[in-house]
Amino acid sequence: MSGDPASSPLLASQSLCLIRGGRELFRELSFEVYAGQLWQIEGLNGAGKTSLIRILCGLSRFGFEGEVVCNSPLLYLGHQPAVKALLTPRENLSWHVSGDGLHSNTQIESALARVGLSGYEDVPCHTLSAGQHRRVNLARLFLSEAALWLLDEPFAAIDKEGVDELQTLLTAHVKAGGAVVMTSHQALQVNCDVRFLNLGAGVAA
Amino acid sequence: MFVRRIARCIIAVAMWPIFHKFGSPPWLYAISGAILRWMLPVTLILLVIGAVWGLMFSPADFRQGNSYRIMYIHVPAAVVALAGYYVMALAGAINLIWRMKMADVAMKAAAPVGAAFTFLALFSGAVWGKPTWGAWWVWDARVTSMLILLFLYLGVVALYEAFDNKEAAGKACAVLSLVGMVNIPIIYKSVDWWYSLHQPASIKLTGESTIDPSMLYPLLLMIAAFYALFTCCLLLNMRVELLRRESRTHWVGSLAKRECSDVL
Amino acid sequence: MSAPGTLQFCIRLLRRQLLLAVRRPIEISNPLVFFAMVVALFPLGLGPALENLAGFAAGTLWIIALLSNLLTSDAVFRSDFEDGSLEQLLLSPQPLYLSVLAYIGAHWLMTGLLLALASPVFALLLNLPGQALGTLVMSLLLGTAVLSLLGGIGAALTVGLKRGGMLTSLLILPLYMPVLIFGSAAVQGAVSGIPAGPYLAILAAMLCLAIALAPLAIAAGLRISIDA
Repeated sequence: MSGDPASSPLLASQSLCLIRGGRELFRELSFEVYAGQLWQIEGLNGAGKTSLIRILCGLSRFGFEGEVVCNSPLLYLGHQPAVKALLTPRENLSWHVSGDGLHSNTQIESALARVGLSGYEDVPCHTLSAGQHRRVNLARLFLSEAALWLLDEPFAAIDKEGVDELQTLLTAHVKAGGAVVMTSHQALQVNCDVRFLNLGAGVAA
Repeated sequence: MFVRRIARCIIAVAMWPIFHKFGSPPWLYAISGAILRWMLPVTLILLVIGAVWGLMFSPADFRQGNSYRIMYIHVPAAVVALAGYYVMALAGAINLIWRMKMADVAMKAAAPVGAAFTFLALFSGAVWGKPTWGAWWVWDARVTSMLILLFLYLGVVALYEAFDNKEAAGKACAVLSLVGMVNIPIIYKSVDWWYSLHQPASIKLTGESTIDPSMLYPLLLMIAAFYALFTCCLLLNMRVELLRRESRTHWVGSLAKRECSDVL
Repeated sequence: MSAPGTLQFCIRLLRRQLLLAVRRPIEISNPLVFFAMVVALFPLGLGPALENLAGFAAGTLWIIALLSNLLTSDAVFRSDFEDGSLEQLLLSPQPLYLSVLAYIGAHWLMTGLLLALASPVFALLLNLPGQALGTLVMSLLLGTAVLSLLGGIGAALTVGLKRGGMLTSLLILPLYMPVLIFGSAAVQGAVSGIPAGPYLAILAAMLCLAIALAPLAIAAGLRISIDA
């Protein structure tokens, strides 16, 4: 919150250690995420990627050792799209439970247009496909003012055009002084440096 | 969050050595073993003296005759059952606030023990009710309160078993037992009230408020014995739980090896 | 774009929950239909003699209200847990205490309030004397709010479990008992001409205590469940 934004990290983890079912997923994991950085968490299935993201955003509060300091408002998108089937995409965004802002109708319409859902603003979400649900959720990225984005598999169930659009958005966000920490299995094609956190090796590179 | 931070700081500064030790399973296992070594005989002696004194040497009640002697089991069991719930809730609170794993062990171990004492109180109450009131079960205020207490205990046990993640189970049960702790006085008062509304005049337990010292002293002794018994059961149950949780660690492995070689 | 105020956010949550319910109206009418059906069970089980029914009516109506509240409590957070909305709610910068109150408030408006308003009709089916109707409605208004708050605790603790329904009942039924005692005592009192004011005052006191403390337990329960 305070201090020089260039010198203080948006997110810092100190010696995180996670043991699940007697198996050590990672230990002594320390890294700092600064504005303008894009971090990709890599690892095999079951390496603890989702667990790490949930620890970083504060949903996991026990079961691990170490400490996470978050100095910025954050936006977390998880596996579940957090979209209510009975509401329309417009209602889902304007009445979102995360309470991250009051958006005007034009803002919402332009965000939905950016994720390829223009024309679908006012149809109930239960008529949309699973991929479209995820797109409604991704529209929050266009509305959010949070500097730090924590994205868990944002490309899942998204078609190729959507992935390209999303990568452009991530680049723009990072260039504008934001930061992104994301898990993904595929190689990113973005015009900025990507830092990798490989959970299999347990080291930050 | 803020309160928790402050509380943790205070603990860290003032009581760190003690908490550090309590947080260590091998230490807890060793110290509970040492306590049990003298506590078990003491409990046994107290129980025998109290039971013999109460059941054989204290005078018979002028109205209830000898059947009142069930009181020497019933009253201590009820007292300890209630105290057990507070022990459980307190352990749960310590687990929630200071994240002490051993408090979680204590809470988990206290629930079935407390439930057993509550059941004993209810059972002995029913046995006592038959000659006194002429029915195995009477919806008396205290009986009803004890029944609700048993439900509260069973709820904690059921909730713990329902979770796969045992750390989450401990925390959920801690929240539930704290909710129960806030509710117990309300439940007791309201059941009292309910009973006084419905109570027919014929059912009344006499000779409770004015108890003769010759009856009181063995009763107090039995209450002390039951507290000791509860502590023993709690510690034994905690040791089992400790061994189960730590079964993959080095110290349990070497302990098992030593025990086996002793047996052989 | 501006960040919503806390109160504004809670009202928004409340409207959202109500809208979700209105879009699936059967969920609102189900507790009422349940109420009517169980009311119909009592004359079948106890016999149709009117004076008998009148004697049991106060307690019966309260027990049915309690059961229909219990059956709906389990679902308060479940759909939000399943679709990921609950995670977003927990990460929201808004105070969880108030968000939880909004959820419970919406639940009460859709179950307790409607049950209380509809209860005089069911009371007449069970031959409850007319002078107790007002007390019945008042006691249900206050009492079901307490029940919704307590039920929320059970729902929050079990929301992460695959089959929570039965367990939720086991956890919260003991906590419901004081409300049942004073609620049915108020109605019974009104039937026999005793002023019901003190009972209603106690129910109101319970409601105050529950509003103060239950959201804390619910919030803690949700944080634990989301982490399990």
